[in-house]
Amino acid sequence: MRWIGQPVPRLDAPAKVTGRAIYAGDVTLPGMLHGRLLRSPVAHARIAGIDTSRAAALPGVKAVITGRDTPGIRYGNWRLMPQTQDELALQIDKVRFIGDEVAAVAAIDADTAAEALELIRVDYEPLPAVFDVESALAEGAPLIHDEGSLTSNVSLDRKIDYGDLEAAFARAAYVREDRFELPSVSHAYLEPCACVAEADLEGRLTLTTSTQTPYMVQCLLASALGMRENDVRVVKPTVGGGFGGKMELRSWEVCAAILARRTGRPVKFVLSREEELAFGRRRHAMTIRSRLAMDRGGTILGKDLEVWLDGGAYNSMGPTATFLCGNFGAMLYRHPAYRYRGYHVYTNKAPAGAMRGFGAPQALFVTESQMSMAAEELGLDPIELRLKNAMVAGDEIPGVAKISTSGLAECLRKVAEATSFERKRATTAAGRGIGIACSSFITGGVFNWFDTPHEFSAAEVRAHDDGTVHLLTMASDIGQGSDTVLRQILAEELGVSIDRIRLTAADTALCPKADLGTWGSRVTLMAGNAILAAARQVKDELAGVVSARFDLNVIHEIVFADDRVFARARPERGVSFGEAVAMAMRARRGGAVIGRGAYTPRGKGLVTPTFSFAAQVVELEVDRETGVVRVEKITTAHDSGTVINPLGVEGQLHGSIHMALGYALCEELVSREGRTLNPTLLDYKIAAAEDMPAGESHTVEIHDPEGPFGAKEAGEGLVSPTAPAVADAIHHATGFRSCSLPITPEKILFALEKKGEE
Amino acid sequence: MAKVTIDLRVNGEPHEVAVHPWRTLAQALREDLGLTGTKIGCETGDCGACTVLIDGRSVTSCLTLAVEAAGREITTIEGVAPSGTDLDALQEAFVRLGAVQCGYCTSGMILSARYLLSHNPAPTELEIRQALSGNLCRCTGYQKIVEAIAEAAKANG
Repeated sequence: MRWIGQPVPRLDAPAKVTGRAIYAGDVTLPGMLHGRLLRSPVAHARIAGIDTSRAAALPGVKAVITGRDTPGIRYGNWRLMPQTQDELALQIDKVRFIGDEVAAVAAIDADTAAEALELIRVDYEPLPAVFDVESALAEGAPLIHDEGSLTSNVSLDRKIDYGDLEAAFARAAYVREDRFELPSVSHAYLEPCACVAEADLEGRLTLTTSTQTPYMVQCLLASALGMRENDVRVVKPTVGGGFGGKMELRSWEVCAAILARRTGRPVKFVLSREEELAFGRRRHAMTIRSRLAMDRGGTILGKDLEVWLDGGAYNSMGPTATFLCGNFGAMLYRHPAYRYRGYHVYTNKAPAGAMRGFGAPQALFVTESQMSMAAEELGLDPIELRLKNAMVAGDEIPGVAKISTSGLAECLRKVAEATSFERKRATTAAGRGIGIACSSFITGGVFNWFDTPHEFSAAEVRAHDDGTVHLLTMASDIGQGSDTVLRQILAEELGVSIDRIRLTAADTALCPKADLGTWGSRVTLMAGNAILAAARQVKDELAGVVSARFDLNVIHEIVFADDRVFARARPERGVSFGEAVAMAMRARRGGAVIGRGAYTPRGKGLVTPTFSFAAQVVELEVDRETGVVRVEKITTAHDSGTVINPLGVEGQLHGSIHMALGYALCEELVSREGRTLNPTLLDYKIAAAEDMPAGESHTVEIHDPEGPFGAKEAGEGLVSPTAPAVADAIHHATGFRSCSLPITPEKILFALEKKGEE
Repeated sequence: MAKVTIDLRVNGEPHEVAVHPWRTLAQALREDLGLTGTKIGCETGDCGACTVLIDGRSVTSCLTLAVEAAGREITTIEGVAPSGTDLDALQEAFVRLGAVQCGYCTSGMILSARYLLSHNPAPTELEIRQALSGNLCRCTGYQKIVEAIAEAAKANG
């Protein structure tokens, strides 16, 4: 193929290497004001009163707003369940975490805005607060949300049941139960959130914002302000990473809009890194209890999984994390019987939300740790045990999903062979370890928690008589490279050069509705399929006119390649793509040639059209004196279906390993009584270039019938295997099996010391 | 406090700018001169997104006061390419080898790399990684960035 599978350099890269790409924080408009948020310094309190008069009187301050200046309409991504929509841009009656937003100012410059914040007086009447799941669930715990019908701090639960679990455990030869503690970590995208709002005199709003879900921001901003959806235009500029952290309507977006309407001037908000780390979204900390039943040979008979998610003060994307964690708990392997109970629990901390992997890193840490533990206890090879249970194409998760294609077994064999796993695992050299883990992930979500009435993805393809093509889509490139991948898909299908395709993306006033955004590894499959559908309409029309022009028998196949449209058997009978479009326009008496396509997964179960799979081997060394772990090499084999852009897929793998190594070894948002203690990138450590291990990767390409040109996801699944593989390798090196993350030197030294005493 | 007027020489062009004494170089470049290619990721000197060159040496412009840079030669990402349409060897290698994802760290990475290659034209992989110790990236795992810098060094060599 001409474009699919090629390492096409990102089309936005030249703008990025020259500093010309414009991010939200780079936007400056005439008369623009600068906004800042006042946040609660207490974890849980009634707001007895707010006095903004001194702030409003400060020269240069143009507006100050509190919750009473907003419509007070609660919002949240789970429109399907309105009772979960628990957020306000500015709190009115009470605050629920340190950092909860209570007021906003707009001033002529950022310094004045900051000064104004200090002049706002808020009277708080402190309430008892809870900072962990256990205290939030204790009898007599303060109710964090008392405005609705909730009677406890469990904001929602999720149950999955299939098979006869009791019978499975009754006949099991081997049962183990373990408890795991997973930490809260930050997306740590490099670009702090920013937005600019403009209000026009016809009552419409334009919001340019750092988001991965412009359509959802449009809908929710309109509802939060009581406006018509299409009177709000949301534009996604270049976005500096998101990883799940930029997929909701956020306080500053609402405040910017209100302040812009009040002042008649554009208003910009730029968050600080401290705000991002101390108050921003994060991955859910989870407490997980898992009971696993196997027969003597290691075949899984059943699993009983209970998960408590530390949700923080609001639901955010917690409902989806609760839902997906349950699904990921039974992924990778066949589970004839399965019981899942997930509880999303409010605490007086910054809300957790969606983050790369979305429930999978936690669930698969548990699954994979238990598989390795079981293998050891049953005296089985850890790879053989996994192969015995691995999902294969055609397997069904009862009532949930069918496995369309699976390269899991092949991935396992590949990494085992590439690393001489069996030999190295059999060797025990002091401090050296080798570990294995697998992963699986969804390629886009089937569920419609946003309750959109639109198709999940849509595309418009305008073919022009100069041989160029204009693609319009709401798909949102936030750094992963979808703007390039989607053009590769269109270029391949239309047979035009990629440089002839102009792209307009992620502008709700220009692009066809809708696209749910960048999350759940959905963009390549869903937007890609929508683009193919649109392209095929264009092709049908052009094939018709070319066929008529050359008087071709109907049995002729018309080919689109090399910027031409022609008969495969008689290539000379054809014209350039532009001439074909001109002919079609003449046939339409001047009408434009436009294809419109859409994609919504239907009849694809409850979760996703298709799953990716991967296996990873980690080799490392543990310094027994200091407890420091040095990861030497990571070998990965992954089944991402057809790889559309190897540069992009490799980049996703490398980035996933970076994030996952942090999850395994050093990253954790540490808080005490609701206050984040490490809100800088000095104290919240992410790996630097020198910390990264060597890597090797193998692609297991399987054409998946659900994906465009056979593609599956590659952006999130690969973030899951590293932590359990590291834990497994540390166990191999030291005998210490950590059931919590991150596996810090302290934990290792403490465990080794204990072992020594025994 | 009153503003002070300073001369900033950026990418070979002279600019007269009135700034408060506490204004950072990053703010002055971005807001007073409109050179938004310099990114702000932390304002505490930890992430390196704001890296620029002053008299050829890399500095974090979020921790440098604009007044400190007065009269010195400042190079930002906008001054790296030889012309409006051509890219230099580092930029070209970053594009071709996939070293750019979200792009927010890219300006700082390229300027740190430029400083490295200016005093060590043929760095080892380890030297490249060490030279990037002040530049964080969350997308790429640094792999392709390191490869691109090595490639550019070769092209320059």
